[in-house]
Amino acid sequence: MRVVRGLLGLLGEVLITAGAFLLLFVAWQLWWTDVVSDTDAQAVVTTMENGSWVQPEQAQLGDAFAIVRIPRFGADYARPLYQGTTRDVLMRGLGHYSDTAEPGQIGNFSIAGHRTTHGKPFNQIAELKTGDVVLVETADTYFVYRVTAEEIVAPTQTSVIWPVPGKQHAKPSQALLTMTSCHPEFSSRERYVVHGVLDATYSRAEGVPDEVLKVVG
Amino acid sequence: MSFYGWLWRLLPGPKLVKVLEAAVLFALVVAALFAWVFPALDPLMPFNNNTVGQ
Repeated sequence: MRVVRGLLGLLGEVLITAGAFLLLFVAWQLWWTDVVSDTDAQAVVTTMENGSWVQPEQAQLGDAFAIVRIPRFGADYARPLYQGTTRDVLMRGLGHYSDTAEPGQIGNFSIAGHRTTHGKPFNQIAELKTGDVVLVETADTYFVYRVTAEEIVAPTQTSVIWPVPGKQHAKPSQALLTMTSCHPEFSSRERYVVHGVLDATYSRAEGVPDEVLKVVG
Repeated sequence: MSFYGWLWRLLPGPKLVKVLEAAVLFALVVAALFAWVFPALDPLMPFNNNTVGQ
C-alpha cells in the first residue's frame, strides 16, 4: 500500500510539473515572443527614422531596408521590413520575398508576416478594406500602395506572388503589392493574401500628405 | 517518494530561507525554459508559417 501511495504521489508531481510547463510555454509563445519582437522592431524602426538606411536593392538577407506603415492598424503602426522570408527574419518583423520586385518597381513587391506570435505584425490583416493605404518608407522614397483585393489560398499557391498574380511568365505592367500571412489564426492550413497597387510616390523631401494617412470607413 | 519533498529537505536554512531559495530555483528554471527550451520548440508549432512556397 505504501509503495502504491508513494508512486501515486510521484505521478501527481509529474502531472503538476507537466501542467506548469505547458502553461509557461503558452505564456512564452503568446506574450513573451511579442515583447521580444516588438522591442527589437521598435529599435530597428527608430534606427532607420534617425537616418540609417540600407538601399532596397543592396539589402542582403536579414537587412532591414524599409518601414511599413498601415493606418488601418493604428496611427503608430510601424514595422521594419527585412530582406528575405526565412524563419529567423520573420521572427523580427516583416519579410520581403527576395526574388520579387523592389518597393515601387513594376512587378509584384511581396511581403510576409506573422499573424500570431513574434510581434504579430499582420494580426489584423483580415480587417484591411479596399482602398486602405499601405505605406512603404525607404531610404529616399515613400511608396503609397492601396489595397485592391484579398483571397485565402493554399500554402503552396505561389502564383499569388508572381509578377502578374496567377499568370505565369506574363510581363507585368503595374507596380503591385502582395502581403501574405497565415490563416486561420493559430493555424498554417491556409494563407491570407492581400493584394494592392501602387497609387502614389513621394520623395523624402516632399513627405507624405496627411490626408493619405487618414483611415476612411 | 516525492521529488519536491526531497528538494525541500535538501535546501539549507530555516523555513523562510528555504522559501526564498525555492523561489530563486523556480525563477532559474523558468529563465532557462524561456531562453533555450521554448525557442527550440517554437518551430514545431503549427502557426508559424506565413509564406507561400513549397
